[in-house]
This record gives sequence, structure tokens and C-alpha cells, in this order.
Amino acid sequence: MKEKAVLEMRNIHKSFPGVRALQGVDFTLCEGEIHALMGENGAGKSTLIKVLTGVYTKDEGEIFIKGKEKAVIIRSPQDAQKLGISTVYQEITLCPNLSVAENMYIGRTSSVYQNWKKMNEDADQILKSLDIPASATQQLASCSIAVQQMVAIARAVDMDCKVLILDEPTSSLDEQEVAKLFKLMRDLKERGVGIIFVTHFLDQVYEVCDKITVLRDGRLVGEYEIKDLPRVQLVSKMLGKDLDDMSDIKSEQSAYDKEDASASVFEAEGLVSNAGIKPFDFYIKKGEVNGFTGLLGSGRSECVRAIFGADRVTGGTVKKDGKTIKITKPLDAMRNGIAYLPEDRKIDGIVGDLSVRENIVLALQVLQGFFKPISKADAYKFADEYIKLLGIKTASADTPIKSLSGGNQQKVILARWLLTHPEYLILDEPTRGIDVGTKIDIQKLVLKLASEGMSITFISSETDEMLRTCSRLVVMRDRKVVGELSGEELTQNMIMSTIAGGDNNAE
Amino acid sequence: MKKRILALIMAATMVFGLTACGGAAEEASSDKGGLIKVGIINNDPNESGYRTANDKDMKEMFTEANGYEASFAYSLKNDEQITAAQKFIQDGVDYLLLSAADTAGWDSVLKDAQAEGIKVILFDRTIDADPSLYEASIVSDMDKEGQTAVDWLKGQNLGEYKIIHLQGVMGSAAQQGRSGALDAAVASDGWTLVTQQTAEWNAEKAQQIVQSVIDSGESFNVIYAENDDMAKGAVAALDKANISHGVGKDVVVMGFDCNKWALEELLNQNWNYDGQCNPFQASYINDIIKKLEAGETLSEKTIIMDEKGFDASTITQEDVDKYGI
Amino acid sequence: MQNKEMKSLSESVMKLFRKQIFIPIAALLVLAVFNLITDPSFFKITLGYNSVGDPVLSGYLMTILDYGSELAILAIGMTLVTAATGGQDISVGAGIAIAGSVVLRVLCGTDSRPETLQAPIIVAFLISCVVAMLFGAFNGALVAYFKIQPMVATLILFTAGRSIAAWINNNELPIISDPTFSYFGGFIPGIPVPTPFFIAVACMVIIALVLKFTTLGLYTQSVGINESSSRLNGLNPAFIKFITFVILGLCVAVAGLIKVSRLSSINYSVIAKDIEMDAILAVALGGNALSGGKFNMTASILGAYVIQFLTTTLYKFNVQSDALSAYKAVVVIVLVVLSTPVVREFLSGLGKKIKAMIHVKEVG
Repeated sequence: MKEKAVLEMRNIHKSFPGVRALQGVDFTLCEGEIHALMGENGAGKSTLIKVLTGVYTKDEGEIFIKGKEKAVIIRSPQDAQKLGISTVYQEITLCPNLSVAENMYIGRTSSVYQNWKKMNEDADQILKSLDIPASATQQLASCSIAVQQMVAIARAVDMDCKVLILDEPTSSLDEQEVAKLFKLMRDLKERGVGIIFVTHFLDQVYEVCDKITVLRDGRLVGEYEIKDLPRVQLVSKMLGKDLDDMSDIKSEQSAYDKEDASASVFEAEGLVSNAGIKPFDFYIKKGEVNGFTGLLGSGRSECVRAIFGADRVTGGTVKKDGKTIKITKPLDAMRNGIAYLPEDRKIDGIVGDLSVRENIVLALQVLQGFFKPISKADAYKFADEYIKLLGIKTASADTPIKSLSGGNQQKVILARWLLTHPEYLILDEPTRGIDVGTKIDIQKLVLKLASEGMSITFISSETDEMLRTCSRLVVMRDRKVVGELSGEELTQNMIMSTIAGGDNNAE
Repeated sequence: MKKRILALIMAATMVFGLTACGGAAEEASSDKGGLIKVGIINNDPNESGYRTANDKDMKEMFTEANGYEASFAYSLKNDEQITAAQKFIQDGVDYLLLSAADTAGWDSVLKDAQAEGIKVILFDRTIDADPSLYEASIVSDMDKEGQTAVDWLKGQNLGEYKIIHLQGVMGSAAQQGRSGALDAAVASDGWTLVTQQTAEWNAEKAQQIVQSVIDSGESFNVIYAENDDMAKGAVAALDKANISHGVGKDVVVMGFDCNKWALEELLNQNWNYDGQCNPFQASYINDIIKKLEAGETLSEKTIIMDEKGFDASTITQEDVDKYGI
Repeated sequence: MQNKEMKSLSESVMKLFRKQIFIPIAALLVLAVFNLITDPSFFKITLGYNSVGDPVLSGYLMTILDYGSELAILAIGMTLVTAATGGQDISVGAGIAIAGSVVLRVLCGTDSRPETLQAPIIVAFLISCVVAMLFGAFNGALVAYFKIQPMVATLILFTAGRSIAAWINNNELPIISDPTFSYFGGFIPGIPVPTPFFIAVACMVIIALVLKFTTLGLYTQSVGINESSSRLNGLNPAFIKFITFVILGLCVAVAGLIKVSRLSSINYSVIAKDIEMDAILAVALGGNALSGGKFNMTASILGAYVIQFLTTTLYKFNVQSDALSAYKAVVVIVLVVLSTPVVREFLSGLGKKIKAMIHVKEVG
């Protein structure tokens, strides 16, 4: 084992029926280091993490932990915890109805007796030392998601952890919250904790990490110092090919952009729903790609949900081709040629136990009506067509969608809506939590569809994605539309300043 | 979350409301001079034809015209019955008439009644309590009912006795009495029990049990069903398999309770025997109350009612009209 | 050569293992083999004549087909309700009492023992269908629109249903003497197979057609798996849940007709007693998740007949009928344990080992 290493994994193999998830992967984590684990979906990141935390047992290989002479055996998450390996998952796994302190100490003592006063005091001390804005007796659910995440980290840290695994911790946090989390991570690093950081956000990797290990197709690509690996190279290593696709996208900008004269396909006036947004006006033209931008919680999703009738619309009018239409429920919107890919894929998008085929035809089926079921043959035809078209990686059209990776699930949902041949496609965070390759695929697809005349609204947390794809951006702050940017104004700075309040223009 | 809790509360109140409707006492009208106040606690009249007849009989007897002011409470659950009894005690009834759902648990509430000077009369069912706590108990003698039926069966002098025995809900007084007599005869006279099963007073189950015996190909010539419903289910199975039954036919059918429709089956010679379980206790109770009001003492605490057994060869239309329930 | 055959056989067995319908088929096989060993005459079917002189088939197997019918019909509706709502209707027994009571009430009119029928049977049946569907709609509305858990919502009718049934007939005991009425629960003259079986088959055909020519299956499963996502795909989850209860109501009416026809009469407090538990068990035996989502209708129906098979077998062995529920409980436990991931993994591991052994043999 290396001098400063707290964890060393050597030659790890793991297979599942039909898949070789890990093939001879090495991974080394040093004391006081933040180490990014990068790779596309299906590269083997989660499998590696799960081997390390005892969720899976490895087929082959050795794991060494600082302070243990021999290779350690990890058969369960409890084993991992005892060895000082703690994990904080993307989804909060704490109990929201218990207090912060209870969450931090639950299941950690074997004694029946619990000194509540001491427990609360201890918890407060840890929270304070880590600068986490929560008090021990507060109910966990009353904290923001970011603070809940930090409490989870505090729990892990207090359990005397040497290795802290953060699995996509930032995907539901806004920028300020991310900044707080990073501060906490740096504090822990100072204390000598080794942190494994799994994320899809490249920016964040470069902001906080020291080293990067890249996996691809279950194999180790390499371990790099952050300063030795520029972004473009990182992406190309993850994808396994040189990356000039990024710049390609720009040139594919839709031809429709220039025809400013064309009339709006959909228009909304004073639209407001029960989800707490202020009334807003809205229009979209044929072949146009626009976007809603703003911080998390600024009301981006709520706006498009109102257009689609996903929330209860309480006021305003919607016009299609100049004629007023009534949208009170999603089916109305669908009948008017609107399609909506929701923000939360798991909750609102997939129907987990159903097959890929059934998931693809679902929306079209609903449009066709109760008494006109799509024949199995047709359904297979549609499914196979879109599996091929979008490059969906699935064993067959009969595979349950829940067993697909996130990116492929997203493609299935996209296929579902494309199959209805919508005039207006709303994509709410279509690229969240999916790998870089798929992200680019989706962006390309958006521009291609627009060039064929489809109107598209594209929402993403990553501004550069929006800049690449959208020709017009609606900016939101505090559940209100605060500005609109197009043409020359479409720059990172302008977006920032509009979000922040617009005064920066003067500088 | 809130919504769900609200919904649960709503559902709960509805359920409670419903049980309350079924279980709560019908309010007695305000005091009227000269009337004897009685509180009557009975089982749910929907339980069986027997209970329906019993309830009807009580309602006809305890009227203002007969000098009573009656309140009724129905439940198949002991605790609800006890609650009703407590309420009657508070209301200050003169007599508490009780057909208990369960034999146990009545001591304290009956002591309360005694303390208030309320006289308790049990009907149809006895309880496990000190006899000093009640004035009288009017019951059917289930053992005797069973014995009467078995004696009748012996009197038929069949060449051999191969019996399908359909029992009521195990452990109930009726089941124990009616099974006891048959079991004794089986042991002493060398009768064969082809099957002995509980059909839980249920016609459908009885039909399935008899069907099962028919399917097995075993022969039998007596169906001893502990109530009319089960006898009816058994007969439905016999009809299906073309096994003749009734007077002078292959299988002897016996039932209990004397439902009107069952007695009609006897009259039509489709069944052979039906044993009575007398539901008409009201006149007995009336006599007791009259005696107590007159200051007389009762000669005995436990009063056993007259009960008959009807034979298909001797039954008349009059019997059907008079004893059918 | 033989080894190869064995291998392909073991592979197809493995495939069957994973199929949902494996559970009821396996249960059926176990019961059949058990009976075959203990008494092969169990499978004997004889042609005889009933008391009216019509030909009838009899034997244990016919008994199973006959008495399993109501349960199979109920299993259809219960499967849909389970799939869409992730809960069960526990009021079907009480519903049968109501539906049966309505049939008798219409047929009898004001006289509880009429010489002739006061209305055509079909009219009585249709009215009972409407009533049962209304009660289904009541349950459905509570579940779908007031978001009450199905068990709690249907507890209301479970408690009150039998009293309502008694009230419909003024607490009297109607008896139908017209022999045509007994056809539905017995035999139609000249046809030796019990009518309930035909009715059950008709229901199965109808549901098969409905599942084929409408999107009911997809919609109920979709709603059961992910309500929120179904809504965003244009479905109306509340209405779909509601409609499954109405369909169950229809099933209840059909089962009710058979039940009252069997005895040409009714006993409000015991008719179809505990049948809801058997119907739910049928769904579970079919390998369907009681928490909703994907379902397999054939497996549920098969499950219903497995339960009747079990009941008939137990009767045959003179098991006290009040102990039946205990045996059913054992079945439930076995099922639940078998369907847990731990056991599944063990079984598939076992399969792998067998495969490996065969492989070794081949090499050797």
C-alpha cells in the first residue's frame, strides 16, 4: 500500500448475468484528497461504489484499508461502516420525520438506554464544528435538501470515517447550496478524510477535486491529477473518442431561427397555475427552440407545467395558431400537439415495471383512445424504430424500463413523446443525471427536430447547454418571468446578471 | 399527508356511525306513568330466522298496550351489549332482559343493576354469573332437543345408520347439545358417521360437504343437519346427484329450528324431521314479570321451554302456521 | 445426447420458474399429484342423472369447476382493483349478499314465496348488476376521489352490506320455487356440465376480449405502477381506479346470481362468507403483487381454481371445515416466502448448480 493511501482497490472484477460490470479495476484514494470518479452511465462507477460499500460482493480482487495489514473483506454495508467507509447517496436515506440528532445517531448504539440530552448536545457540537446551519432538535424534514445532505455527511463523519463517498450529492441542490457543500467537503479534506466524489457536473469536478479516475465500459481508463487533464480531454476519455461534437452542435443551428416573421404556434397570456407562479405571458414560434432559465426553484418547471396542464391552471388564456384553446388537463395539451418530458424522470416519467415497448407507446395509446389499442406488432415496430433511432441500450423491447440506466430511460421517455409527433415539445431537464454522450445526443436531436419544424422548449440547469441549443431564453427569478434574452444577448454573463437582478448591465 | 389523515378520520367516523346505528339503543320515549320500563338487549335480528322470530315476538309482547315501555338494543358483540346495559341502568329501567352474546364478563354490570334495584331476566342464553344476580333464565334445552331428535331417529328402525352429520359453529350451545345426543347414540348403537363436519350454520358449506361425500362414492342414508339452512344445502347436493330423500326415500333428512319453509318441506314429504328451538320467550317473560310485580316468588330460576319435534308423516298445515318461524 | 435434452429441459424449466404463472401451475400440480397418489379415483368423472332426470357429470373435478366459478369471476375484478389501486376490496362478500338479495326481491315482488316469478330473471339480474355496480362505484369514489385506502373504504360496506341486503327484502326469507331459476347455479336440462362453469368461462372470454380490444390492461397497470407519470401521459388515474371498482361490482353481481341460484334462496349473514379473502388469495396465488402494478389475469383465475382444488381436497379428507382457513393461511405463508427475493435467488442458484452438474457430466 502506498504511503498516504487510505484505500486501495486492486484488480476488482464483478459480473452480473450477461454483463461484465467491472474488469480489473484499480482505485486508490489518499488521505485528505477529493477524488472524482468519472464515467458514462454503465461505465461501472456505481458498481465499484457498491462493491466498496458491501452492497455487492466482488468476484475477484482485493481491497486494502489504512491500518489493516491484510486485505479486508466487506460483505455488507455494516462491514463497510465498521471499516470507516461511509456513503451519502443522491437520494436522502435519512428519516425525515425524526430530528436531526436522532438521524445522526440512529442505529449506532447497541444499548437500549439513550441519553437524549447528551445526544442532542453532541449533535449540536458536530453541526457547529462543520458549520452546518441546523439545530439538533429540529425535525429533519424542515431543513432544506442541501442541509439534509449535510446532516447525512455529518452522520458519516461522526462515525469516524476515513473514506467518505458522495454519490451525486449535488444534483438536487442550487448553486449556493452547492457552494456550502463544497466548503464542507474542503473542511473534511483538511481533517484528512478521503472523499470519493461521483457527479455528472464537470464544472464541479474542476472546482473541488484533486484527482480524477476515469472508468469506461467496466475498465479503468486512468487516474489523473486534475491539472493534467483539461475538460475536453476528460470528456473524450470518458467517451472513448475525440470530442469535436461539441462544436458541431453550434453549426447545426436551426434554419427556422432566421424567419422571425413566422407567427407564434402557441401563445399564452397571463397564464397562472396553483403551483405558486406569478402570471406570465409566453409564445413560441414554429421551429423555434427557447428555454426557461433561472435558479432551482425559480419557477421554470412550474411555467411549462402550466402550459401542459400538469398543474391546475387557475387563470390566463392559451392560443394555438391564434385560436383560443382550453387546456385543463394533460390530455387536452396532448390533443393540441403538446408533449412534455417531465423534470423528475423517476416520479413523473417512467412507468417502472412496464416494458420499454409499453413505455414508448403509452402516450400515443392514450391519444388514440381506450377502444383502439395499438396492436402488439405495431407496438414492437414503433419500439424497435425508436430504440434504433435514439440508440437506446436495452436487452429487448420487453425489458422493464426500470432496469435501464438513467440516460436510456430518458431516451425512452423522449421516444414516447416523439412517437406522438408533437408540434410543440417541452423538455424539462432532459439531460439531468445522464452521461455526457447522451447529453450531446439529446441536444443534437433537439436542434434536428427544430430544423424539421418542431417547436421546442428546452430547460436545463447547465447554462452552457441552454446557450448551445436555445435561440431565445426566458429568465425567471422568484417564480416570476424577469426578462427575455435572444440573439447577441445570449451570453453566460447576461443570463447571470438578468437572474441576479439586471443591475450588472451598468458595469 | 393532511388529506390522508382527514380521509381516514372521515372513513372512521362513517364506520363508527354505521355500527352505532346498528348497535345503539333505540331511545325510549319519556317517562309515562304506570308503565313498566324494560330494557331489552338482544342479538342482531338479521343473524338468523330464529333471531328474527324472537325479536318480533318480543316487540309484539312488550308494547304500551300490554303495560310496558320498552327500549331495545341489538349487538352480536358482548362489549357493545354491556355498554347498552350500562345505559339502560342509567336510564333507570325496571327490568333488564338479556340475551347475551357471550357467556362471560357480565358480573360487574349485573351487580350495578342489582345495586340500582333493577331486576334481570335472561332469555335464550345463560351466562357465567352468580345466579343471585338474576331473577330467572328462560332457555331452550339443547341437549333435550338433540335427544328428542335422536330418539326419533332410533324409532325409524333403519336397517343400518350411515349418517352425514353437519354441525353448527363449533362450541355454540346449540351445536354442543345437538351433537352430544347424536355422538352418544353413535357410540352406543353402533351407528356409522360417514362424515362429521362443521358447516358453520352455512347452507353453501353444507352443500359442499355433502357434495364431497357423494363424489367419494360412499353411501349414506341419514343427513343430520343441526339447522334448517344446512339441511337445505345438503338437499341441494342430493338433488344434483339424483339421490332421493324424504319420507320413504333413500335418505332421511333431519333439520332443526322449525323455519316455516322447512316445515313446508316436511309437509311436502321432502324432509323427514325438524326439531323445534322455541324462539317465543316473550310470554314466559311476561308471566315472570307479572308474578314479580305481584310480589310472588318464583318457584325456580331456570325455566325450560316446551319444544317439539315434527315428523313429516304426522305434520299438519296447522303446525306449520303455528310453529313455523 | 440425453444430457443435451436434459439441459434444454432444465433451461425451459428455469424459464418457467421465472414466469409469474409458474406459481399457480406449480400449486395445481402439487395438489393434483398429491391426490393422484393418495386416491386416483379423485379424478374419476361419471355421467349420471339428477333428480329431475337430466344428465349431469359428477366427480371431484366437476365439483371444483362448479364451485370455483364464483371465485374465478371475483378474481377477475379483484385483479383489476388490485392492479390499479394497490389495495383490495373486502366488501365483495357483502356485495354478493346485496346483489343476491336484489335478484330475489325483483323475482319475488312483494310475496316472499311466490308461485310464479314476478319478473323475468334477466330483468332481475340486470337490476342487480346496476345495484352492485352502484355499490362498486361507492367504493371506487371513496378510493379514487377521497383517496381513502381501499381496505378502509370497503370496510364500510363490509360492515353494513349484509344489513342492507336484509333490508332490501324486509328481512324476509324469499324462496324461489320456479325450477328455471336454479339453472344458473345447477344444470341446464340436457347439458351435463354445471352452468356456473359456463358463466365463469363467459366472464373469462369477455375479460379476455376487453383486455385485447381495449387498453384497460395497460391503463390499470400504468396507474398502479406510477400514478403521477400516468397523469402526465394524459390518463385520468382517479377515473381508472373508479372504473375498476365498478367492474368488480359487475363481477360481484354475476357471482351473486350464481350463489342465490344454487339454493334458490339466501341467508344474509352467511352467504358468500369470507369469499373476499379467497378472492384476494386467488390474486396473490396468481403471483400478482398485492401492492398493485403489473398483473396476469390468467394466473389469477388459475389461482381461484387452485383454492377450490385445495378446499375440495380438504373436504375429501374430512378436514374440519372451520380449519380450512388455517390450511389456507399455510398456503399464504408458503407463497409469500417463495416469492421473496431470498428464496428466488436460492432457487435460481440451485438451477445454476444443476446446470453446472449436467455440464460436468457432459465433459466427463
